[in-house]
Amino acid sequence: MSFQPVKFYQTGTFTVGNRLLPPEQRSVQSQEKRYNSINSGHRACQGCGEALGARYAIDAAMEATNGRLICANATGCLEVFSTPYPETSWQMPWIHSVFGNTAAVATGIAAALKVKRQQGERRNIRVVAQGGDGGTTDIGFGCLSGMFERNDDVLYICYDNGGYMNTGIQRSSATPPAARTATTMAVGPEPGNVFGQGKFLPAIAMAHEIPYVATATVADLRDLEAKVRRAMEFQGARYIHILVPCPLGWGTASHDTIRIARLAKETGVFPVFEAEHGEVKSVLAIRRQLPVEEYLRPQKRYAHLFGKTPQVEVIARLQALADRNIRKYGLLEGN
Amino acid sequence: MLKQMEGSRAVAEAVALCRPEVVCAYPISPQTHIVEAVGEMVKDGSLSPCEFINVESEFAAMSVAIGSSATGARTYTATASQGLLFMAEAVYNASGLGLPIVMTVANRAIGAPINIWNDHSDALSQRDSGWLQIFAETNQEALDLHIQAFRLAEELSLPIMVCMDGFILTHAYERVDMPTQEQVDAYLPKYEPRQVLDPADPVSIGAMVGPEAFMEVRYLAHAKQMEALKLIPAYAAEFKAVFGRDSGGLVHTYKADDADTIVVAMGSVLGTIKDVVDEMREAGHKIGVLGITLFRPFPITQVRAALQGAKRVVVLEKSMAIGLGGILAVNVRMALSALPIDVYTVVAGLGGRAITMRSLHALFRKAEKDDIDPITFLDLNRAVVDKQLERERATRRSGPAAEAILRDIGVVAAKLA
Ligand SMILES: Cc1ncc(C[n+]2csc(CCOP(=O)(O)OP(=O)(O)O)c2C)c(N)n1
Ligand code: SF4
Ligand SMILES: [Mg+2]
Repeated sequence: MSFQPVKFYQTGTFTVGNRLLPPEQRSVQSQEKRYNSINSGHRACQGCGEALGARYAIDAAMEATNGRLICANATGCLEVFSTPYPETSWQMPWIHSVFGNTAAVATGIAAALKVKRQQGERRNIRVVAQGGDGGTTDIGFGCLSGMFERNDDVLYICYDNGGYMNTGIQRSSATPPAARTATTMAVGPEPGNVFGQGKFLPAIAMAHEIPYVATATVADLRDLEAKVRRAMEFQGARYIHILVPCPLGWGTASHDTIRIARLAKETGVFPVFEAEHGEVKSVLAIRRQLPVEEYLRPQKRYAHLFGKTPQVEVIARLQALADRNIRKYGLLEGN
Repeated sequence: MLKQMEGSRAVAEAVALCRPEVVCAYPISPQTHIVEAVGEMVKDGSLSPCEFINVESEFAAMSVAIGSSATGARTYTATASQGLLFMAEAVYNASGLGLPIVMTVANRAIGAPINIWNDHSDALSQRDSGWLQIFAETNQEALDLHIQAFRLAEELSLPIMVCMDGFILTHAYERVDMPTQEQVDAYLPKYEPRQVLDPADPVSIGAMVGPEAFMEVRYLAHAKQMEALKLIPAYAAEFKAVFGRDSGGLVHTYKADDADTIVVAMGSVLGTIKDVVDEMREAGHKIGVLGITLFRPFPITQVRAALQGAKRVVVLEKSMAIGLGGILAVNVRMALSALPIDVYTVVAGLGGRAITMRSLHALFRKAEKDDIDPITFLDLNRAVVDKQLERERATRRSGPAAEAILRDIGVVAAKLA
């Protein structure tokens, strides 16, 4: 290979993850010896963003810890599709307790490991906890906030697919406005999820002033891996919120998962940034800003916006929210 | 060593002697003094290495315990009442996963109406959760049972609740014999987990199980609990060998051999009952007592053996199955099936209502004549109840019942006696 740093973009994806680069520059995923923490054969839907996000994130965390990692997993699609008894996809120590306690289970694991180290355990084993947006922003929020506030040595990863997918696509507090779910039906004068509700957990995590908070999408493998690696450099509570499109719940084509995730970022709908001790340190700039319509249109959960009479006002409100993200996080700077 | 101390302190010192590695704490009366004392020992370094974690809820307390136990750490927590209900989902999960957590339940009533005083509603609400449940009669026994509980839990890989009456035991200053560290170390081996989260040998704990195997997994939980019926007497015997006193076991009889009437109960009220029985024995009554130490698994064979010679059995319990009668009584009836013995359910002491010797004397004397209702509420103020029922018949908007009753009685605080 040449000595020149290579800028190599795969057509349409901007991903440099492939095997044309020298081994040390390759992404974790492109390495032959990646950990395969979630082995193949699980039961996720085709094109499941959550399966992909978890694979990227956990393999990167395994790489960062030399495989010395324990995982606690909330109830949800990821847990269900990865452990249909008597099989398991997890090639790592893994525990599922219940839906809303994953951060606390991870705290317990971290506490036990700390005692074991005091008793002479030489390995530096770390802990990762993970769950869906429902398990994180709603039912698991108390335990998560407690873990943050105590600054327990846990990396918590939320796979945000904007709803309770495992139970049949119901609204969570991470469901975006206007989106149709089984409990925010596309009927009535204001079809879909209401505006003015919901929460953006990364900002709440930052308010805890924990060492590290980041957002990412499955569209940017390198960025996601770098953030996981960075997260593992800190001691204490860390939080990564990954946007993971759900073909079933969003009504998108299986092959469009990466594209939709990228559109979320390129439209400003989902800000991608990292923060340390409560302050934003860097953002992933929008390369080519696109109108939110490009993101919304391919998703059947927004189909009611694009009927015979397009809901231009609603679309404009969604555009305004994206614009606000762009302003707030400076997503166009650096271009 | 003999020491005069609060029950909570005694339990805390006993727990510390067991060398717990992770302790979770969330405040709720009457359990608080226990974890506070353990926490102090961790903070001043006398209990080390140990992680003491102030969690944000009981649900988190049990969840942290699940994580640490699954990572191979000896784990302890304590709770009561609303706290036990708040953690209920994780309580079932801990036993379902087979994690040997030891938890003190400082027994307290469950609201509404909110009430901090003692009864057994909290622990008994979790009777089918898969946890072993042991009830202490005295502070000495509470202390001893915690040491036995770690041994038993870890051998069976099942969690155990050590239940002790809130305030009556937890806050009572009594003389206890505190064992030495050497004694406890000789009795309690190092925790060797059956399953542990370890990168060197990765396992998946808590996988999804469908209809094809769920029954078998649940059956195993039952079968494992039943093993405790054999282990507990053996461990109690070993305990006696090391510590020189009887403590624990399944059930205990008192003056029951030739008794026509046997009173069955759990916890500290056994002391009062025995005093009454002593006096009645002196007056020539053939009455005795069966104290139940182990409630789960329920020692059916031993209960039957202890009661089968009686003419009648009075189950005096600090709990009730609303819409049915008693909880303990139903279990006792199960042990007596097909025997021609009358079983009376006496619900007593709910929400800390004092169970007095005078009331027990009257109750037992009437019971001997088979002159009590099959389900009796000891010292129930019938007039107050009738008045409220009448009010509800007369007025649709009758208002909150508890407030109305307090007004009728003419007190604003809880009436204890
Ligand atoms: C206490 C409790 N309430 C509800 C459920 C039902 N439940 C299981 S998974 C799930 C949805 C999970 O949603 P999320 O956390 O967003 O994960 P996803 O499936 O979308 O990946 C729900 C509601 C449960 N298992 N436990
Ligand atoms: S429903 Fe969605 S999140 Fe669940 S497996 Fe299917 S694609 Fe993945
Ligand atoms: Mg979800």
